[in-house]
Amino acid sequence: MAITQTSAPARAPLPGKPRARSFEQANRRLKWAMLAPSLAFVGLMIIFPLVFTLNLGFTDAFGAVNADKDYVGLRNFGDALTDSRRFWPAVQRTVLFTIGAVLLETVLGLALAMLMRKPFRGARWVRTVLIIPLLTTPVAIGILWLLILDPTNGIANHLLASVGILPQEFLGSVSQSLPILMLIDVWQWTPMMTLLLLAGLSTLPAEPEEAAHVDGAGVWQRFRYVVLPMLGPTLATAVVLRSIDALKTFDLLYATKGPGGGSSFEAETLNVYAYGLTFDYQEYGLASAVLVLFTLAIIGVVILLRRRPGRRSA
Amino acid sequence: MSIPSQTLTRRSFGKLAAAMTIIGGGAALGGCSAGGGRPSPNTPLCIMAINHVWSQAIRKHMAEFEERIGRRVSMSLLTSDQLANSYNVKLNASATDIDVMMVRALQEQLLFAHNGWLADLTDRVEGDAGYQWADFLKAPRERSVTGRMVLSVPVVTERPVLYYRKDLGAAPATLDELMETALPLADRRGNFFGFVGRGQRSGAVSMWSSFLYSFGGDFTGQGRSAIARPESIAAYEYYGRLLERAGPPGATNMSLEQAMPIFAQGKAAFYVDADAIYTNFLDPKISTVQETVGFAPFPAGPAGARPFNIPSWSLAISAFSLLRDEAWQFVRWASSPEMVKRLQAEGIPGARQSAWSDPATLASFPADLARTMQTQAQIGLGIDRPDVLQVGRARDIVGRPLVAGILGQPVAPVAREADAEFAEFLVRDNRHREG
Repeated sequence: MAITQTSAPARAPLPGKPRARSFEQANRRLKWAMLAPSLAFVGLMIIFPLVFTLNLGFTDAFGAVNADKDYVGLRNFGDALTDSRRFWPAVQRTVLFTIGAVLLETVLGLALAMLMRKPFRGARWVRTVLIIPLLTTPVAIGILWLLILDPTNGIANHLLASVGILPQEFLGSVSQSLPILMLIDVWQWTPMMTLLLLAGLSTLPAEPEEAAHVDGAGVWQRFRYVVLPMLGPTLATAVVLRSIDALKTFDLLYATKGPGGGSSFEAETLNVYAYGLTFDYQEYGLASAVLVLFTLAIIGVVILLRRRPGRRSA
Repeated sequence: MSIPSQTLTRRSFGKLAAAMTIIGGGAALGGCSAGGGRPSPNTPLCIMAINHVWSQAIRKHMAEFEERIGRRVSMSLLTSDQLANSYNVKLNASATDIDVMMVRALQEQLLFAHNGWLADLTDRVEGDAGYQWADFLKAPRERSVTGRMVLSVPVVTERPVLYYRKDLGAAPATLDELMETALPLADRRGNFFGFVGRGQRSGAVSMWSSFLYSFGGDFTGQGRSAIARPESIAAYEYYGRLLERAGPPGATNMSLEQAMPIFAQGKAAFYVDADAIYTNFLDPKISTVQETVGFAPFPAGPAGARPFNIPSWSLAISAFSLLRDEAWQFVRWASSPEMVKRLQAEGIPGARQSAWSDPATLASFPADLARTMQTQAQIGLGIDRPDVLQVGRARDIVGRPLVAGILGQPVAPVAREADAEFAEFLVRDNRHREG
């Protein structure tokens, strides 16, 4: 289909035609009127809270946000960055949780996507079942697993007891909590990785793989040297999206471990820490500083993950 | 290909802008007096409350109150966390759509008073002879006063009770007896425990306070941290040992929601928690111990039996309310001598002496529980947590040695470390109070 490009209408005023001029102005207003809701939304819901939080981060706001407060410069940022009892362990747990969960989700998601790539009987059912954890709210998932893993009344210990294994503390244990929470996250989000990668796989051309097959490449070689490089962009996008989400995980952790991420802070990530500073301690200045640092860290991670080999030279 | 251009005249642009303003403004206005102007006769009185038996009971009588004031009442029931967060968000924005607030006087009142969020009720409670302010139990009444102002009125009170299994023996009278009886009964392999109780760092502090007081310890003494004193360390060690050796696995993740079902399912011999939850053990739908559960006073420690008797929930009026007179009418009605007697007769322990002295109000409780509650209401201390502005942070600090004890770690070094942190915290908290 040929597209005929017409030249843009002249912007010069039309002397002697005031009606045309008013149309021109009205069109410009229409443009802004149409944009206004989006601009208002971005301004009110994103820019204003960000600027407000940044501003609070430089104050000693405590008790009430609108109470009298003094500007304290970078003190809150300094306090957070030198806090080895809560802040740095929370950073460590956030990183550990994200890397562990996303790595497992990627590997399992890719494996499942490869298995489901070829049509098979009952594929639609399998996909429907896979979506169920995605549709459930994280708080409901947290409560569900809390009940399953309850050390005294939960079904997990009941099953372990039936094969002679001693009862486990699961989420009540300081050392088991974070790994178990990572596995719950994996249980919930692996299907999303599978669906994203399955969508990516369905767009790949069949010819290169067929050619490799004809050349004698085995299953692993075809996957490693043909499919994986072609799937790279989809894989990278899926990992970035999932990493951002995993970094921000809050509801699952709070629903299962409560304030402070448990009695020994064993599941306290940066998000849980900032929430506690805000709602349990009412230390709005310090909480805002932690949130600003957290936001910067997320932006840093996104930049890092987007810098794939070869992109710099492109 | 040409696209037909749609033009917008100045007039239609004005109409569009006005429509958007109306849509946006309309979305922001709710049912309660959120606008900030004078409330109309149709504006409902807005009550924010905890989802608790008291709130559910008072809601049943609400039509009577609505008829009395000629105004509709809107009552929102939330969990305690949701309620606290709603107050934080709404009152930080000076929202006028909260009139009556259900608050935890010991957890929030000092901070809310510091923020100027609570209306002064002194003249109303003291200037109304028919209200009988002096009839409220001394300990909860004292906790309603901050800076010589009455800022809340207690409606639900709590004391610790020793829940025990009558089929396994008599109730111990002392903490030593409790330990001696609970330890041999524990059988983890058989999924039976000698004792169950709250074990979360922050959540366990209030229930543990009776152990602390009964050992002769306290959170503070003369304005300084007292959590590393020998009596306090002994209380930490005692509770830690009891839960570690006789309690269920994963105790440090246990609050009321996890601990209570263990006793209700017949898997523990003893359980210390608030008297307000006794109905859970008498309900055949969730309890297997309704025939065997017994109720005993808090056992005596080296310093005697020193349980708490606290106002767990109180009513306050928002300083931003535009319906303060109507809000006071509600508080007065809901906490009147008659209503407290009525609710106590339905099984909800109130804060009025007249109700506690009336045997008819205690008829709904099991006889041994009624006796226990009556005794503890008289001797109980009015506080179960540190008396500070930032109660949340304070509980996190003083709860750390408790967790160490439950995990079987040495308590004394953790208590000394927590003591130093608590001392530093108290200085900061005092500075905030004076600020």
